[in-house]
Amino acid sequence: MEENLTVERTRVPLTKEDFVSDQMVKWCPGCGAHAILSSVANVFPKIGYKKENFMLMSGIGCSSRFPYYVNTYGFHGIHGRANAIATGIKVTNPHLSVWVATGDGDSMAIGGNHFIHIIRRNVDLNIMLFNNQIYGLTKGQYSPTTVMGTITKTSPQGTIEHPFNTGELVLGAQGTFFARVVDTNPKLMTEVMFEAAKHDGTSVVEILENCVIFAEGVHNAITGKDVRDDNQLILKNGEPMIFGKNKDKGIRLKGTRLEVVQIGVNSITEDEILVHDQYDQDPGIHLMLAKMAPPLYPVALGVIRSAMFPTYDDMVEVQIKNAKATSPVKCVDDLINSGDTWEIK
Amino acid sequence: MTEIKHKVVELEDAVIRFAGDSGDGMQLSGTLFSDTAALAGNAIATFPDYPAEIRAPHNTVAGVSGFQTRISKNTIHSSGDLADVLVAMNPASLKSNLKWVKTGATIILDIDTFDEKTIEKAGFKQNPLEDASLSSFSIIKAPISSLTWETVKELGADQKTAYKTRNMFALGITYYLFNRDFKTTDEFFDKKFKKKPQLISINKAVIRAGYNFADTIEAIHSTFKVPSIKKIEKGKFRNITGNVATAWGLLAASERSGRPLFLGSYPITPATEIMIELALHKSLGAKVFQAEDEIAGICSAIGASFAGAMACTSTSGPGLSLKSEAIGLAVMTELPLIIVNVQRGGPSTGLPTKSEQSDLMQALYGRNGEGPVIIVAASSPADCFYAAYETAKLSMEHMTPAILLTDGYIGQGSEVFKIPKVKDLPDINPPIAQPNDTDFKPYRRDAETLVRKWALPGTEGLRHRIGGLEKENISGNVSTDPLNHQLMSEFREKKVEKVVNFIPEQKLVGKDKGDLLVVSWGGTYGSVFSAVKEMQDEGKSVSLAHFRNICPLPKNTGEIFSNFKKIIVCELNLGQFVKYLKICHPEFKYLQYNKIQGLPFMVNELKDQFNKSLEEK
Repeated sequence: MEENLTVERTRVPLTKEDFVSDQMVKWCPGCGAHAILSSVANVFPKIGYKKENFMLMSGIGCSSRFPYYVNTYGFHGIHGRANAIATGIKVTNPHLSVWVATGDGDSMAIGGNHFIHIIRRNVDLNIMLFNNQIYGLTKGQYSPTTVMGTITKTSPQGTIEHPFNTGELVLGAQGTFFARVVDTNPKLMTEVMFEAAKHDGTSVVEILENCVIFAEGVHNAITGKDVRDDNQLILKNGEPMIFGKNKDKGIRLKGTRLEVVQIGVNSITEDEILVHDQYDQDPGIHLMLAKMAPPLYPVALGVIRSAMFPTYDDMVEVQIKNAKATSPVKCVDDLINSGDTWEIK
Repeated sequence: MTEIKHKVVELEDAVIRFAGDSGDGMQLSGTLFSDTAALAGNAIATFPDYPAEIRAPHNTVAGVSGFQTRISKNTIHSSGDLADVLVAMNPASLKSNLKWVKTGATIILDIDTFDEKTIEKAGFKQNPLEDASLSSFSIIKAPISSLTWETVKELGADQKTAYKTRNMFALGITYYLFNRDFKTTDEFFDKKFKKKPQLISINKAVIRAGYNFADTIEAIHSTFKVPSIKKIEKGKFRNITGNVATAWGLLAASERSGRPLFLGSYPITPATEIMIELALHKSLGAKVFQAEDEIAGICSAIGASFAGAMACTSTSGPGLSLKSEAIGLAVMTELPLIIVNVQRGGPSTGLPTKSEQSDLMQALYGRNGEGPVIIVAASSPADCFYAAYETAKLSMEHMTPAILLTDGYIGQGSEVFKIPKVKDLPDINPPIAQPNDTDFKPYRRDAETLVRKWALPGTEGLRHRIGGLEKENISGNVSTDPLNHQLMSEFREKKVEKVVNFIPEQKLVGKDKGDLLVVSWGGTYGSVFSAVKEMQDEGKSVSLAHFRNICPLPKNTGEIFSNFKKIIVCELNLGQFVKYLKICHPEFKYLQYNKIQGLPFMVNELKDQFNKSLEEK
């Protein structure tokens, strides 16, 4: 949009120290959230905005303690409502860089409605979705992303619910930015966070996070040292989708589906491998990438989609600007004296 | 107009009721009639009475939509009890409105709609035009449908247009009855149908056809004249509905406080007009966010408030229920937030289009934990402007969520509004923290008011975090310390109690001592005031204390109560304000009068009740 609501940039370079909070971090030792916190503290100074222009919002759950641990303006909301509260913040002051820390329960169960609508509206803010496939703070009940059949405290015989695939949900809600990272790869996480900050519109970064207490190892099939090279496809814009320990596997389009192929086998060359275009307006391939999962496919990591569309907050400002330029009503006195009135002298 | 051939009867006051199928355009006929009267210098008060269904089955009582307007040469405070003139566009509207009509009233019927089928559908056992059931009224049998068709046919319009303009034919008859001219209405057509000029000429022709029909027939022996108001104060006036007045009061508060207006709302009857009105005023910087649900409405407003907006959410009873948890968040974070509840009949979906005062307890106590908020209740359509302004002022200056209670009756009803100058309204000074204020702590309070500072994101040197977890005094850090929780709970309670020093003392209508004190609150002011005034004129020792400030109650409440032998609390519920008064002032004995029919009080029923209370030993 032509409005270009930029966030004011800092004149002095900032460091990680500028964002350190005085509060004790109370996540369990070994929790994936520590890595996310460290990544945010790394990325915020790099973004280059003035430190008072960062705003961290959260709902309820382990993830939602996040704002207390970063020295920015912060708001710890109520269960499921972080995205709704954040919308009000961003629409009121588009000159803030707004970040939401939320979880699979917070945004896809109790706050599911706000999650799909903030995405649909494309409000310019960044959602960090900590997906540990479990309710941690309430001590181990299944969540909307828990794999079917999983035994948890509220599913002693295994869950009988089909889990959400976060990426599929985001793209279904017309998401303009979706990325996926794992908590064991801080370098990729920091790169992706930076990309999310750059994106105009709602960015959703799903972080596959390990809950050491209630869902230990749920992401092992993706993050395990022995399997990760073969089960992770780290996407890079403009580059072919190649993965595997020996960099010899690739993703090819066959008919209307994706397939994994071995380069060099059956005379398959690199030329046949799909090249990632994260900026493609059409979400077709992005959706297929988001849905990939072992054992047939690797899991797609990195920025899956980053498409340019007008943002809600920009359009609000444009409408206000146009109304101010054209309306004869410049103040409340003008308004209440407009239309049919009569005077008694 | 043409020369007057008939007798003209001068009336001080007249009530006209337009009734038809939903979709017959009765609300528009009523509004145009009222606007014409207001511009001719009458005092007016209106009351729309319509079903929840947009288009209920044709010709059934369920589908009847009504609009009552009262015009007067005196200052009036209610839309009147019973009608002097009823326009009934079909048998069902006659059936459902007969009980609202005075004996001897004039009833205008669209006779074309009366056939065996529609009469039966309306629930009449036999044709009311053929038995004696209408003998005490003056009936004008007008072939409205067929004559409208004749009129529009000549102008090349179709049957559908004829059907849609029948209401203007009926309006034309009422203009004849009340000796009105077409000026205001013509201007309305010119503006409304600017892009469809054919409709301008059609509507103008139909309303004149109705007028001329009335002029021609011999059924009308006399017409009425309601002279313009005499005692009216000087100034500039307009007609206004309560919901529009609420929106404007909020806009005025935003302008005077310097805080941009944000409204996060979800459409709900009968509050939606507030959102619709505010959405029109982007030129004043108002940001209106139509949320995905009631919860997102209030939550977005809480976010907006944190970011520095004058944040509002508008709703009705069921929506207030959904917002409960979030109101608690605003209490805990001590952020200003204006919650407008245009009350309707409950519980649950209840009576969406009917009025009630049954959300008082919900407003006072409907939250988990100790969650005190400020509560203001508007008295009349025009008072919604001032009540909204006051609610916003108190909320921002005291950093506390505040609920404004109005209701469907005053929200959708209208009356004459004396246009104020915005600069004459009281100042609003939100306690905004200054950049790099080294003394700033999120929960450091003003010693006198216990109000914390409003520190807006983006301000240098004030980075801080708030949230729904209990806060440590001063620092605002999360705290589960037992004594701190007690301290903070008491701070929040006392902060609201201390608002009493910033609200006006309770006023009385009548003497400050006497036999009976009538106590009422909110949207019932018009009828209660009229009833008390009439009794005072009859020499009865009756006074009225009508409350606008509900929480806290004005300081002098107990003192006022102590000077009367009897106190009667009347409200449109089963007795919520009286329960609250029993908590706040248990030293008094209260009589009560409650009505819960989705309808406003009638002046006469109140007088009967008050007289009874006076007589009782």
